Amino acid sequence: MPSPVVAPPRAALGNRPFRLAVPPVSGVLRPRLLLTGVGVALGAFLLFCWGLTIGDYPVAFTDVIRALWGSGDAGTVIVVQDLRLPRALVGLLVGVAFGVSGAVFQTMTRNPLASPDMIGLTEGAGTAVVAAVVLGWTGGLGLSTLGLLGALATALLVYALAWKGGATGYRIILVGIGVSWICSSATNFLVARGNRFEAEAALGWLVGNLNGRTWNQVDSLAIALAVLLPITLGMGRWMRTLMLGDDVAAGLGTPVQPVRLALLLAGVGLVAFGTAAAGPVAFVALACPQIAQRLAGTSSPPPFVSGLTGALVVLGSDLLAREAIPGTELPVGIVTGALGAPVLLWLLIRANRAGSGG
Amino acid sequence: MSTTDPRTPRTSEAPAPGPELRARDLHLAYDGRPVVENLNLTVPTGRITAIVGANACGKSTLLRALARLLAPRQGVVELDGVALRSVPTRELARKLGILPQTPVAPEGLTVLDLVGRGRSPHQTWWRQWSAADEEAVHAALEATSLTDLAERPVDELSGGQRQRAWIAMAVAQGTPILLLDEPTTYLDLAHQIDVLDLITDLNRREGRTIVMVLHDLNQACRYADHVIAMKAGRIVAEGAPADVVTEATVEDVFDLRCRITPDPVSGTPLVIPLGRHHHDGTSPAGQPGVSEKV
Repeated sequence: MPSPVVAPPRAALGNRPFRLAVPPVSGVLRPRLLLTGVGVALGAFLLFCWGLTIGDYPVAFTDVIRALWGSGDAGTVIVVQDLRLPRALVGLLVGVAFGVSGAVFQTMTRNPLASPDMIGLTEGAGTAVVAAVVLGWTGGLGLSTLGLLGALATALLVYALAWKGGATGYRIILVGIGVSWICSSATNFLVARGNRFEAEAALGWLVGNLNGRTWNQVDSLAIALAVLLPITLGMGRWMRTLMLGDDVAAGLGTPVQPVRLALLLAGVGLVAFGTAAAGPVAFVALACPQIAQRLAGTSSPPPFVSGLTGALVVLGSDLLAREAIPGTELPVGIVTGALGAPVLLWLLIRANRAGSGG
Repeated sequence: MSTTDPRTPRTSEAPAPGPELRARDLHLAYDGRPVVENLNLTVPTGRITAIVGANACGKSTLLRALARLLAPRQGVVELDGVALRSVPTRELARKLGILPQTPVAPEGLTVLDLVGRGRSPHQTWWRQWSAADEEAVHAALEATSLTDLAERPVDELSGGQRQRAWIAMAVAQGTPILLLDEPTTYLDLAHQIDVLDLITDLNRREGRTIVMVLHDLNQACRYADHVIAMKAGRIVAEGAPADVVTEATVEDVFDLRCRITPDPVSGTPLVIPLGRHHHDGTSPAGQPGVSEKV
């Protein structure tokens, strides 16, 4: 039984919240947010299926959808489910992980520039992988695991350095940018030092790539998301108060430092597992929450819709990467980088005009 | 409303006396630098208290400690006799609200959304927007005359409206105690009076205990029932405005020579500062004899 909330007539169309209540359960329904979520999810699903049609053995769109449920020609089912599905699923899950992670970081620091790809997490993952490849210190671990450890170690370093009786948003950004530069210098040094083949292998990883993904990557990423997504989305209520500033949030009963640490860990976990599965897919974590926020007309990035937008962008970019130049397959990270750079510039220009750093 | 007698009887809807806030042997420090030392204080329940003092005298620090935003280095702040640090976070947020100095709303956040967030101590993950929440937000918007601006982004409002929106958030929180850190900073005079009148309404109509840090002594005298004058981390004087705001105390606390005359409207003390260029009589201010001439 929805009943309209107090709302003067000048409300933006479709953006008027409604109270939904079946006592004792109650909540707010935001039609525009809901519509955006459904629209983006549909778009992502279409791109997901479209991606499955592409390959040496073309499969019709309708056959793909049938093959997804295991019906249709046996050969088609094998091609779709065993060969192509892992790539599409990794794209989908990586997009969700990066989108949600970006939304968490941007909300927590109240700054769109504080996304994981700007504060050194992906750079740190890259440094760890390159160091392992060039110096040969893999310790029997796969590149993905090393990337994961690199991202986690960088996050700990940033948080420790930013800590001064509590870690604030601005300190995390400033320290993160510094750490990011250190990592990137270290990576460059290692690449310059290594021999050509090692350096090429490392560089291949440093650009996000969905090519040749297997069910192994899908499994670990899916498990990570199954744990981290509910935790992150469950803290949405506290994210809304944290955005008002630490003191106001504390006054409203938010356990500020524990929540911030939990959000940071969840956000780092999401981006670390995403990076481990597909490498650092540039700009997704930075741009997708901002796109989602504008589509949904909210005042901060909506975490879940940001994740869906991330999936849409990664899947779409991967399609573009495979189809843009006939006969050549680009890594998805190059496309997201090319698309994301203008978004970054636009954010910087806007931040400058507002004079608020975000 | 303007200058009703501070002791106007509360309306019948006033709740039972609210919880009592008290500080004992309080020592506060920032980065190891002591700011407040050995301070004892009992906040008068159901009254408006103003904390005044020169810059960096520790008044904002004290307010932060009273709201548990700052942990005491020694001593204790108690709410109804229970140490603040052992009060569960959510329970504290239902009893005590704090509005920090010049909070900043995220770009695009609407007034309705901001005020709604004041309800978070009353919400759980399954009860995110109850009828009581809606009622409290509606009432807070009414009380602050913001109903017509509810869907406007906070960052597009004027300074006075913006401050009212933040106060509305604190009002929606529904706490019997409300702490405000310089609620009139950066507002022009008309908006300052507007905000102080609104705060007075909250006290008179709903019996809320108010503690605010104020810069303007004359406003503190007019609007507060109880004035606390601080200097160098200690309370120099406290009590009714007429007892606290005297020429001697002002000179001690602010290092400023002044005259006190009754406010022609409210009858409370009105501070007329003297300076090197302005004084009455023949002897230049700064020399003995000036303040005795009244």
